Amino acid sequence: MKDLPSDPSMSAAEPDRNPSASPFRGDGEFLRGFRSGALAGIPFMVVVWPFGLLFGVVATAAGMDLTGIMVLTSFVIAGASQFVLIELISDGAPVIVAILAALAVNLRLAMYSASLAPYFTGTSSWVRAIAGYFVVDQVYGLALRRYQDRPEESRARRIGYYFGSGAPILPSWIAGTAVGALAGSAIPASLPIDFAPPLTFFALAAPMIRGVPNLCAAAVAVTAALLLAELPWSLGLLAASGLGMGTGAAVEIALARRAAARADAGGAAR
Amino acid sequence: MTGISDVTAWAAIITLGFGTYFVRASFLLLAGGRAFPTWAMRLLRYVPVTVLPALAAPMAMWPRALEGETDPARIAGAAVTIAVGILTRSLLGAIVAGLATFLALGALF
Repeated sequence: MKDLPSDPSMSAAEPDRNPSASPFRGDGEFLRGFRSGALAGIPFMVVVWPFGLLFGVVATAAGMDLTGIMVLTSFVIAGASQFVLIELISDGAPVIVAILAALAVNLRLAMYSASLAPYFTGTSSWVRAIAGYFVVDQVYGLALRRYQDRPEESRARRIGYYFGSGAPILPSWIAGTAVGALAGSAIPASLPIDFAPPLTFFALAAPMIRGVPNLCAAAVAVTAALLLAELPWSLGLLAASGLGMGTGAAVEIALARRAAARADAGGAAR
Repeated sequence: MTGISDVTAWAAIITLGFGTYFVRASFLLLAGGRAFPTWAMRLLRYVPVTVLPALAAPMAMWPRALEGETDPARIAGAAVTIAVGILTRSLLGAIVAGLATFLALGALF
């Protein structure tokens, strides 16, 4: 059981009584966290910007102007949903259907938000409002991994890490889109940049798969996602994630019960 | 954008922008200040290991760039990424190994 992170709400509740509870004051913990986050985020620039570039190219080809592309990409910052929007509108789907489908792809971000929220307990609402803008796959993956690896870190440091990891990643996405939109047709179509996003998502998740419950959760989620891929509006993704999460929790409880029963039996034999 | 007016295109951009922001910020804004119940924490622990692979698996299996045709190089690249990531716990190691596998096999076929 030692692989499991400690309950973050317990450590997060403490600093509330501390006068330096603001993540931006105090002993430089925020900046230290920010620096480690930025260092962890920098390698992602390499994989994020080609995906942004691809989006810029596709959106230009679909007939969007540069201003529209740049506002969309910096406001939404969610590649998969942006592709869905462009693709459906280009296919002649009603605009409202395109928007709903794109939003459905982004529903996973609500799960990330819920998963991050306990680590932000007690911070001011404007810190959480800005943090909301940074909820993207890579930042979430990096932050959660760090929080699970180092449950002892202070809240200021965690929040610094969160914003730090977003600092190189978000601008790369926006800059990549700009390059793609401007360079447009000069990009060779044979370059397989479409493989960058799934590769990144697997690489973010795999190091967090430790222990039997995690392995079962991931295996069920992947299998279900492949079986349910035909479902419309990302329902397959949502159902697969839900099934995986339920499996993980169920296996975790079953293993804990078995360990407890074994401990009881050992105690009775003695 | 092709086929729709500028006003419609801007309406789509603004709606998706605000909608996405509220989805993202939802729980951070609502739930900040109080802790989640134990059962919710137990489920949420499995968000990263389920949502990310479930999002990536169909993309790797039926790549949009190949109009959904399954590509052995992509499958092998994905499998190597997952295996190296689990065994070494190194994110960069996983990306480099997966990418190298994909490019090597892609050059072969």
